[in-house]
Amino acid sequence: MTTASTQKTIKLIVQRQEGPDASSFNEEFEIPYRPNMNVISALMEIQRNPVNAKGNKTTPVCWESNCLEEVCGACSMVINGKPRQACTALIDKLEQPIRIAPMRTFPVVRDVVVDRSQMFESLKKVKAWIPIDGTYDLGPGPRMPEVKRQWAYDLSRCMTCGVCMEACPNVNPTSDFIGPFAISQVRLFNAHPTGEMNKHERIDALMEDGGIAGCGNSQNCVRSCPKEIPLTTSIAEMNKETSMSLFKKWFTN
Amino acid sequence: MSSTRSFVSRKIHSLLGVIPVGLFLLEHMITNYSATKGLEEFQKSVAFLNNLPFVLALEIFFIWLPILYHGIYGVYIAVQSKNNTTSYSYYRNFMFVLQRISGVVTLLFLGWHFYETRLQVALGNVTHEQLGLLMRDVFLNPVTYSLYMIGVISAVFHFCNGLWSFMVSWGIAVGPNAQRKVAYVSFALFLIISVIFILAMNAFTADSFIAKG
Ligand code: SF4
Ligand code: FES
Repeated sequence: MTTASTQKTIKLIVQRQEGPDASSFNEEFEIPYRPNMNVISALMEIQRNPVNAKGNKTTPVCWESNCLEEVCGACSMVINGKPRQACTALIDKLEQPIRIAPMRTFPVVRDVVVDRSQMFESLKKVKAWIPIDGTYDLGPGPRMPEVKRQWAYDLSRCMTCGVCMEACPNVNPTSDFIGPFAISQVRLFNAHPTGEMNKHERIDALMEDGGIAGCGNSQNCVRSCPKEIPLTTSIAEMNKETSMSLFKKWFTN
Repeated sequence: MSSTRSFVSRKIHSLLGVIPVGLFLLEHMITNYSATKGLEEFQKSVAFLNNLPFVLALEIFFIWLPILYHGIYGVYIAVQSKNNTTSYSYYRNFMFVLQRISGVVTLLFLGWHFYETRLQVALGNVTHEQLGLLMRDVFLNPVTYSLYMIGVISAVFHFCNGLWSFMVSWGIAVGPNAQRKVAYVSFALFLIISVIFILAMNAFTADSFIAKG
């Protein structure tokens, strides 16, 4: 088996960058093919033997990964023009040469490692959690109806991977838009029977600058999300809630 | 503490695009279509509008200021987006870009159209009665006819596609099926309104336009 497959190779073109402020350049690699490889194992191969296609020794490509089963979101990068998880990007299904680049919506740390902390800041901004702390035992919370739990589960699968941010034309340095995922998280936490008690705080946060008004309905997010989260439904639902809240503020206060 | 200013501005922008600016476009469609019945009918339609009470106030508060706000804020929105249809060639993403392009084209067209018609009336160079023949000359010239065609189609597209965004942005069309239905309606409206406008434009150039008058 090894004799037959070692002749086959995989061509990769990696957009590299040595540091946050360094300029980027493309480096080509040609690595031996093994069956069932994914982009992570291809990068591991480069790490094991950091030699580029010209035969020159180079630095290994830096990347992040964790779960290797598309649940942590750490390995997101742009593969053949589309942002996705490297761990589920199977070599056999990719057109070669495989072009790999960082998600430039985020600050690049090195090579394809990006800093997604702005997403964590956005989650804090919209209060994407359920406050349950008290000075005494508050007892059990209300139960969640099963039908609601089922669709809320879909929303809960967000792994903060950043793919929807990369795909969105309105998430860029000129705008302060928090991005599709954060809006969907508001819908998730507002659906929870305990989270619902602080609903207004999250809706208010969406109405602040950089909030839901930044959405321009390109709907790239819903087409790109690896977890198939109904982002545009969440956004439209939150559009309704924020509009209602605006009317209430204007006409009943 | 951040503010809700951009949220409120964006909502006002969305609302004004439909009411009154969109309605004004429909009014224009009806008025101009009266040209198919000849110059005299067209003059009557123009006279009817200009005999409305408080017509200048109506123009200022229901047409000019809303268009200015929608146009200027719209350009601000348009320049903020980083268009990416090459990487994401999806229908809605194309509509997203076209909405911004058609908005800018419409704004430029409106400036020119306003200059040619309303401003000339205000300056006393043209009377309301002469507008019909003025437009006939504009449409008889193939260059200005084509430019008007581009401007009018942009405006109609911007309105119809904007109607879709309006339904989504106010949370009226929420789920994917509802949004798809609204998209069909928006596209049908685009076709219908465009055809009516083109028929109206062509009516100005017909021989019957002046013959009956
Ligand atoms: S919504 Fe989807 S694409 Fe966006 S961060 Fe969450 S999992 Fe990733
Ligand atoms: S390593 Fe966790 S999603 Fe790829």
